[in-house]
Amino acid sequence: MLRLEKRPSPSRFWQTATPVLAVALTIVAGGVMFAMLGKDPVAAIRTIFWDPLFSPQFAAYSRPQLLVKAGPLILIAIGLSLGFRAGIWNIGAEGQYIIGAICGAAVGLAFYPANLWFIFPLMVLAGALGGWAWAMIPAILKTRFNTSEILVSLLLVYVAQALLASMALGRLRNPEGGGFPGSRNLSNWDASANLELIPGTGMHWGVVAAFVAVIAAYVLLQRHILGFQIKLAGQAPRAARFAGVHPSRLVVLCMGLSGGLAGLAGLFEVAGPAGQISIDFGSGYGFTAIIVAFLGRLNPIGILLAGLLMALTYIGGELAQFMLGLPSAAIQAFQGMLLFFLLAVDLLSNYRIRLIRREVA
Amino acid sequence: MDFGGINPAVLIASLMVASVPIMLAAIGELVVEKAGVLNLGIEGMMIMGAVCGFIAAVETGSPVMGFVGGAIGAAGLALIFALLTQVLLANQVATGLALTLFGLGLSSLLGQGYVGIKPPPTGVVPFGPLRDIPGVGRVLFSHDPMVYLSIAVVAAVWLVLKYSRTGLILRAVGESAEAAHALGYKVTRIRIAAILFGGAMAGLGGAYVSLVRVPQWTDGITAGAGWIALAIVVFASWKPWRILIGAYLFGGITVLQLNLQAAGARIPVEYLSMSPYLITILVLVLISSGKGRAAATAPAALGQNFHAAR
Repeated sequence: MLRLEKRPSPSRFWQTATPVLAVALTIVAGGVMFAMLGKDPVAAIRTIFWDPLFSPQFAAYSRPQLLVKAGPLILIAIGLSLGFRAGIWNIGAEGQYIIGAICGAAVGLAFYPANLWFIFPLMVLAGALGGWAWAMIPAILKTRFNTSEILVSLLLVYVAQALLASMALGRLRNPEGGGFPGSRNLSNWDASANLELIPGTGMHWGVVAAFVAVIAAYVLLQRHILGFQIKLAGQAPRAARFAGVHPSRLVVLCMGLSGGLAGLAGLFEVAGPAGQISIDFGSGYGFTAIIVAFLGRLNPIGILLAGLLMALTYIGGELAQFMLGLPSAAIQAFQGMLLFFLLAVDLLSNYRIRLIRREVA
Repeated sequence: MDFGGINPAVLIASLMVASVPIMLAAIGELVVEKAGVLNLGIEGMMIMGAVCGFIAAVETGSPVMGFVGGAIGAAGLALIFALLTQVLLANQVATGLALTLFGLGLSSLLGQGYVGIKPPPTGVVPFGPLRDIPGVGRVLFSHDPMVYLSIAVVAAVWLVLKYSRTGLILRAVGESAEAAHALGYKVTRIRIAAILFGGAMAGLGGAYVSLVRVPQWTDGITAGAGWIALAIVVFASWKPWRILIGAYLFGGITVLQLNLQAAGARIPVEYLSMSPYLITILVLVLISSGKGRAAATAPAALGQNFHAAR
C-alpha cells in the first residue's frame, strides 16, 4: 500500500525537477490529445517546440517573436509571484493589463500629433499607474472591508473588458479610421512607438523591463527585508504578525506591484506589437501569466525560463495552426494541462511516498 | 401594467430564467464549500457543462440527454480537481484556476464543429389552464422544467444539510476535518463526493446557458457566470435559501440591464453590460463588511487540505 509522509521541508531536488517532469508529462498527454484530434502527435510536438527555434524555414520569423511574447508574460508573472508567495491572490492581471494599456494610450493620444521626447516616458508612467490603480480596488476593498481579493480582482477583468470595448468604439477611436473600431496606431507614430531596440531580436522596452523586473525581484526576495516578510507571511502568517509584518500593508504593496507591472506590460504591448487599442486587445496574457508564475515555482529565475517556454508554446501553437490545422483552442487546453501536471507532481516535493505493508488491525 | 415598456410579470418570469445557471452553480459550490473545499473552477466546469450539454443534445436530439451530458462532462472535470486536491494534495486556489483555464480551452476545442447550430428546444412544463391566470400564470407556470428543478435542488440541499445525518457529517468535515477523521468518517471520500456534486450542478447550469438561455454555442459563452456564482455563495453566507435570493437578485440585474439595452436607454451598452459585475462587487463589500461578517459564517476548514497522518 502506498502512503504519503510529509517532508519536514520541501525537497530541493524535486523543487527543481518537478517543472521539468510536468513539462515532459504534458508533452506526452498533449501528444495523446493531438492524436485524438487526428493529427500526427510527433509532428505536432515538433512543430510546437522545435520548429519555431530551429527550422530553417520559420526560425527567422519565430525567434524574435519569442521575446515579444515572453516579455509581457514574464513582467506580469513576476508581479503575481510576489503576491502568491504572500498568500495574496491577484488573479485579475488581465484587467490591470487592459487598463494599463488604455491609460497609457490615452495619455499618448492626448499629445497627438506632437513629436516630443517625453511622450513615451509619460505613457509608460501612465500605464503603470493605470494598472496600479485598477489593482488598488481589490487591495483596498480587501484591507478595509475584508472582501475576497480573488473574486473582486477577477470580476474587474470583465469590467475592464467592457471598458476596453467602449474605449475602442468611443473615446479613443481613430477619427481618421473611417468609423472602424480601434484607436490610432501608436507604433506608427514616432513619439509613442515601442520599437525593436536591436533589429531582428524582438527586444523592445517591455522585454528590457521584464529583465529588470526579474533581477529586481530576485534581489528583493534574497536580500531585502521586504522579500523576507513576503515569504514569511505566506509560509507562517501568525509568525509574520508577531514579527511585526503588517498584513494590510503587504496586501496593498503586493497588489500594487503586480498591478503596476501588468499595466506596464499592457502599455508596452499597445505601443509596440499590438499597435492600437482594439476590442480584442486583451489576449489572455494576464491569465497565462498565472501558469508562468507557478511553472517558475514563484522564483524570478524560474519565471524567466517558464515565460520563455510558455512563449514558445504560443508561437509553436500558431505555427501548428498554420501548418497542421491544429485548432487554436488546443494550445490553450495544452497550457491548462501543463498547470494540472505541475500541481500534481508538486506532491513529490512536499511528501515522500512510502511503500508499506498493510498493518494487521 | 407597464413601466416604460417593461411588463413586470414578464420581467419576473425572465429573471427566474436568467437566474437558473448561477443558482445551480452556486448551490453546488455551497455544498463543496460546506465540505471544506474551495473550488474556484466553477467557470471552467460551467463552460464544460455548456459545451458537453450542447453536443449531447444536438447529437441525440433530446434536451434531457443534453442536461445529463452537461452534468457528466462538468463532473468529469470536477473529478480532476478532486484527484489533484484530495489525493495529490495540491493547492486548492491554484487548482481551481487551472480548472477554469483548462475548461475554457477544452470547451472551445470540443465546440468547434457546433458553432451556429440550434439545439433541440426545451419545452415548458404543461400546466394547462394554470398558465392562463393573468400575471401569476406567466410568473409561476410558464417555465421549462429546469427552473423548477433548480428551486427543488436548493430546497433539497437545505433539507439535507439541516435535517439529515449526511448533512451533519458533511458539515463536520468542513468545520474540522481532523475531528471528523478521528470519529471515523472518510474525509477524503466525502469531499470527493461533494466536489462531484458541485461539478454536476455547475454542469447543469452551464448546459442551461447553451441550451435554453442563449441557445447556441459560442466560445466563452458563460461570460463570468461561474465567478458570480462564487460571489453568491459568499453573499448567501453559506445558507442555501439565501442562494435563492442572491441568484434572483443577480438574475434581476441581468434582465433589467438587457431590457434597458433593448429599450435603447441612453447609457452606452458597454456600461450596462459591466453593471452585473460591478453590483456583485458592491454586494460583496456590503456582505463582508457588515456586522455579521461573512468570514465568521464560513466553514472553518475552508480551503485547507487534509492529510491523514495516522
